[in-house]
Amino acid sequence: MASLNDYLLVSGVMFALGLAGVVLRRNIIIVFMCLELMLSAANLTLVAFSRFNVAENGLPDPSGQMLVFFVITVAAAEVAVGLAIIVALYRSRQTIHTDELVSLKG
Amino acid sequence: MPSYLFWLFSTIMLIGSVAVIAFRNPVSSALAMVTSFVGLAALFIGLSAFFVGVIQILVYSGAIMVLFLFIIMLLDLKDEKRRANSLAPLAAGLVLVAVFFIQLVGVLSHKLPNQIAPPLNKAVLTAAAEGYKKGEMKVPTKISESLESGQLPDVHIIGLTLFTQYNLPLQILGVLLLVSTVGVVTLSRKSAANN
Repeated sequence: MASLNDYLLVSGVMFALGLAGVVLRRNIIIVFMCLELMLSAANLTLVAFSRFNVAENGLPDPSGQMLVFFVITVAAAEVAVGLAIIVALYRSRQTIHTDELVSLKG
Repeated sequence: MPSYLFWLFSTIMLIGSVAVIAFRNPVSSALAMVTSFVGLAALFIGLSAFFVGVIQILVYSGAIMVLFLFIIMLLDLKDEKRRANSLAPLAAGLVLVAVFFIQLVGVLSHKLPNQIAPPLNKAVLTAAAEGYKKGEMKVPTKISESLESGQLPDVHIIGLTLFTQYNLPLQILGVLLLVSTVGVVTLSRKSAANN
């Protein structure tokens, strides 16, 4: 049986990979995918806690899975809006490379 | 879930995550992301969160992946050119990740309580059935019947919690989805007008 520490370790490694991708990659779409990876890593932690700290009746705590449900829904909305922004950005600038988007630079 | 299955699916998930960062072609990255999420869904199902696992596959591997691929196709992205990465962001990124790892090791070196998953056998499920019977007369409900037959009615319990305890957040979520739909339409219209 995998222990709670194993789940937390795997989810932490996945979060770190997503973080590395957000910082290192320059393609805005890949940065977006790495954000999704980080959200999913947090989801794995929530579900693991819901299974390992059971509710009073001995079943997995539904509140943890409820939060995961909300996170997934908000993530879907976020992806839709974010990709629309990327498309608008590409139309006005013809690039999605973050190094070339410098108009806010002082 | 047996240990070897846990490590198998975690490895699939982590290799998928590494591939998202490593691939130059955005389409390959999107497909690697799906691989990663399928491994994650398997882990969810191993934790007896069946509903969340299925939702993960439907929403992420289905809807969101198609959205990403659609945008990549719409923008007609080619393989990223190899560019000389300036050293500063690279170093900053690696230091950030290293600090995060040190924190992770610090947290995980303590033994957390509840190391072993509490059992979900027939005795536990049958005992929990009593709480889901309705009213004074203890009328059996669908949930209590499934529990007594030794199955975990994951979807029913989540539905019950969602529409009782979490009813207000659910409706706020509906408004959020409506707002984001309107927002997306507005964004695309405006940029069309500018051209």
